This record gives sequence, C-alpha cells and structure tokens, in this order.
Amino acid sequence: MSDNDRNHFEPRIVAFFCNWCTYTAADLAGTARMTYSPNVRVIRIMCSGRLDPQFVLKAFREGADGVLIGGCHPGDCHYQEGNYKALRRFKLLKRFLSQMGIEEERIRLEWIAASEGDKVQKVINQMTEQVRKLGPLNLEPISQMHPPKEKNVKAKAVAMAKGGAS
Amino acid sequence: MSKPKVGFYWCASCGGCDEVVVDLGADILKVVGAVDIVFWPVAMDFKRSDVENLADGELAVSFINGAVRSSEQHEMVELLRRKSQLVVAFGSCAHTGGIPGLANLFDRRAMFEEAFFNVPSVVNEEKVVPLEEYKTPQGIVTLPNLWNTVKTLDQVIPVDYYLPGCPPPVSLVGEMFNKIVKGELPPRGSILAPDIALCDECPRKETKPDKMSQKEFKRPHEIMIDPEKCLLAQGLLCLGPITRKGCGAACTRVNMPCTGCMGPVSNVLDYGMKALSAVASLADANDEEEIEKILCKVVDPVGTFYRYSLPASLLHRHYQPVVQGEK
Repeated sequence: MSDNDRNHFEPRIVAFFCNWCTYTAADLAGTARMTYSPNVRVIRIMCSGRLDPQFVLKAFREGADGVLIGGCHPGDCHYQEGNYKALRRFKLLKRFLSQMGIEEERIRLEWIAASEGDKVQKVINQMTEQVRKLGPLNLEPISQMHPPKEKNVKAKAVAMAKGGAS
Repeated sequence: MSKPKVGFYWCASCGGCDEVVVDLGADILKVVGAVDIVFWPVAMDFKRSDVENLADGELAVSFINGAVRSSEQHEMVELLRRKSQLVVAFGSCAHTGGIPGLANLFDRRAMFEEAFFNVPSVVNEEKVVPLEEYKTPQGIVTLPNLWNTVKTLDQVIPVDYYLPGCPPPVSLVGEMFNKIVKGELPPRGSILAPDIALCDECPRKETKPDKMSQKEFKRPHEIMIDPEKCLLAQGLLCLGPITRKGCGAACTRVNMPCTGCMGPVSNVLDYGMKALSAVASLADANDEEEIEKILCKVVDPVGTFYRYSLPASLLHRHYQPVVQGEK
C-alpha cells in the first residue's frame, strides 16, 4: 500500500505534550490558525516527566514512525523537575534505540513554552520531514518472526550443498 | 491409582534449570513419590518416541525450560503441548527469553560468521558452515533449522504457568510442586512468584535513602562494596526495585547487584524500559552534558536492562525492516 511506498510515504508521528507548556502552545498554534503537517497525533500528558519510556516503544510497536516529546523549558517545570527527569531518560533511551538499530532521529525532545505556538508549528514540520526522509519504521510483527517455511529452507540447503560447500 | 505423569524438556538453555530440580535434594524423593517422570532428556533415558506414544493430554504437566530458537525445539514443544494438560515455562529463558535471547541483537548470518569465521581461535580456511541438509555417500544427513530470532516459550505455544528465575529459586520450585500435587494452583497464566519488588526482601532495605540520586554510576569491580548499604545508593546498577522478589535476595546478600532474572512485577509491560527509566532518572544532573557524562557509565543499555528479557520486550529484536524478509 501507499503507506509503505517511499514516494507516497506519510509518516505517523506520536507526540507526547506536557499539559502546562507544550500542549498549551499547541492550543495557541490552533487558535492562531497556524498550519502544520497533519502527521502528528498529539497525546496530552501531565508532565514530560510522566513519559514512561514504555510509551515510546509501544508507539513504535503500534505503527508510529517517530515519537516527539514536548515539555517545559528547563527551570519552568510545573512540578519542579519533571522535565529534567524526561531529559535524563531521553538521553539513555536514544542510546538504547540506536543499539537496537533504530535511528536516533525518530525520537525528539523539545522544550516548548506555552507562548511558543510558532515553535510547535516549526518543530512538527521539521520532524515530519525528517521522518519522511528516514522512511517507514516497519517493525516485524512477532507472529512473522517464525522460521521461514520448511520447504524453502530445505530447497535452500540443498542448493547450498550442491554449490559445493564442503 | 496410577500417579500423574510429568515431563521435563530443555530448549535453548544452559542446563541450570534442570540442575535446580536436582537441587531440591531429599525433597525430590517426595516429588518422585507423587508423580511419574516419563520424559527428562538431561537426566533419564527416554526418547522422543516415548512422548509420541503417549495419548494426547496424558501428561499432567510439562516443565519446559529454555528459549525457542530452532525447528527441533519448535517441534518438541508443540509435541509436548499436545500431550500435556499443563505447560510450565520454567526459568527466565522460557519465561522472557533469557541470556540466549540476547542473540536477538544480531541475525543468523552475523552469528554464523562470528562463530565459524571470525572468532580468533577458529581456523576455518575452507569456510565450512553447518548445513541443514547434506548429501553423503551413505545418505542425506540433516540438522535442525536455526531461527533468525529467539523466542520465548509463550510466543510459540500457549503456556499455563511461569516460574521465573535464572535458575528458578529452589524454594519456589518446591512450592510449585506442592501446589501441583495438592491441586492448589492459582489461575492459569499466573507467574508462580510473589508480585512484589526485590527490595522488599533485601537485607539492605533499611539503608535505602529516601531520595536516591547518583553523581556517578559504578561497576562492581571498581569499588570496595559496603556489605550492608543499599547497592543502588552506592552507585551500582541494582535492578532490585524493578524486579520480582522470591529469590531471597540471593545476589544482593553477597554484594552483587540484582540483574533482574526474576523478571518484572505484574503491572510492567516492558521490563527493560522500566529499568532504564528508573536508572536514568537517578542521574544527579540537570545539564545535558553532565547527564551524558553520568549515563555513559551505563556501557551497554540493552545488555544491562534486557539481560534476561529481550525477546519478551516490545521490540523483540534488533530492528530489521519487514520488507527484507528471511534469508
């Protein structure tokens, strides 16, 4: 289908925005009628510190091509230090993802204050283009991780044996 | 009245899980008194045909340890599933993939290349690799197919109970046999271990600070470990807060941080991500560079947080796009 076709690939991006800053900024972008690419599905969380890394993997597993996290600027967290915790987790999560062969560019953390509607617009557009360049993230469904069909395996092995491997 | 029949089998595992049954000591006599062991490749001389000759469902319980990663293991666990009323995933490997599950960081081709060509002690000038089928003058010889991806037992067949641990603690094994014999098993799908984090039974619990944070993570060989103080508070990566108890804190009692073999408590979806989340948030810095400096001591995030559970994780394996297909 067109979703997997690189030419017509529309990235699916899941965005986790904190209630106090980034989500409010996205609201502002909306009321100010700023347009941005429709590839982002926004999920509101109370604080970027609430972002459990499990959510990120779950999003990837369920078909997201990228994950965007938005929180308050350093020092501005409504809960004092939630955004710092988000930053620490984000740093390690990024390293983990690259160890697992998933491009670091598929995940992004941005500080966006409640007044920065234009930054929401800019970041979402940038992220969409960045993920579009990377192409779809096609995680293999667990059911397909079964071995290849028995017949093919045998045919292949026979071919290898005939090929003269000693 | 004839005794209920049980079987043991091992897949991709080290044999430690079979060993732990023997570790029951004199209590194993009680087990043998209550049940008939009709299949146990590691300890007794039964053949596959002995299992095939059983009626479907004739085995009361099969205890299967090890992850599943070959066509032979696949056939055997399907056979045992058919013959058994209950299947217990015995030990970390069957439960969440275990150490063999770390092979999911690579694919089969890379593993073969490493094992048969690149290891410094290997001399293999003719590039001989095992084939699944090979013609000899005497006839065709075959080997099982090694999968590209290691799987947990319940990704291959339905599993009724899970007994976690690497290997499962003797006390829990004994408890499980008791429950089976008395017919007091919990609902199907249960994990046969307490649903509380390890810290609860750790002797160092009292020394755990209220607010935990770390300027520097350390590895066990780098410091003289205080035998009484909370290991996490000493900067060691102890995964006790995320891991199920039931082992009697076997590792933390002897100065080794918990590596998480008992798996997660029940409300966790992905063990490694919870562990990563807990460890990362301990880093005592707000500045990006400083955070990175602290966290770079977590040298191998996958190996640290998914040591026993990579195949059971949300990603299952190193990313390989679906379009590539199997080789």
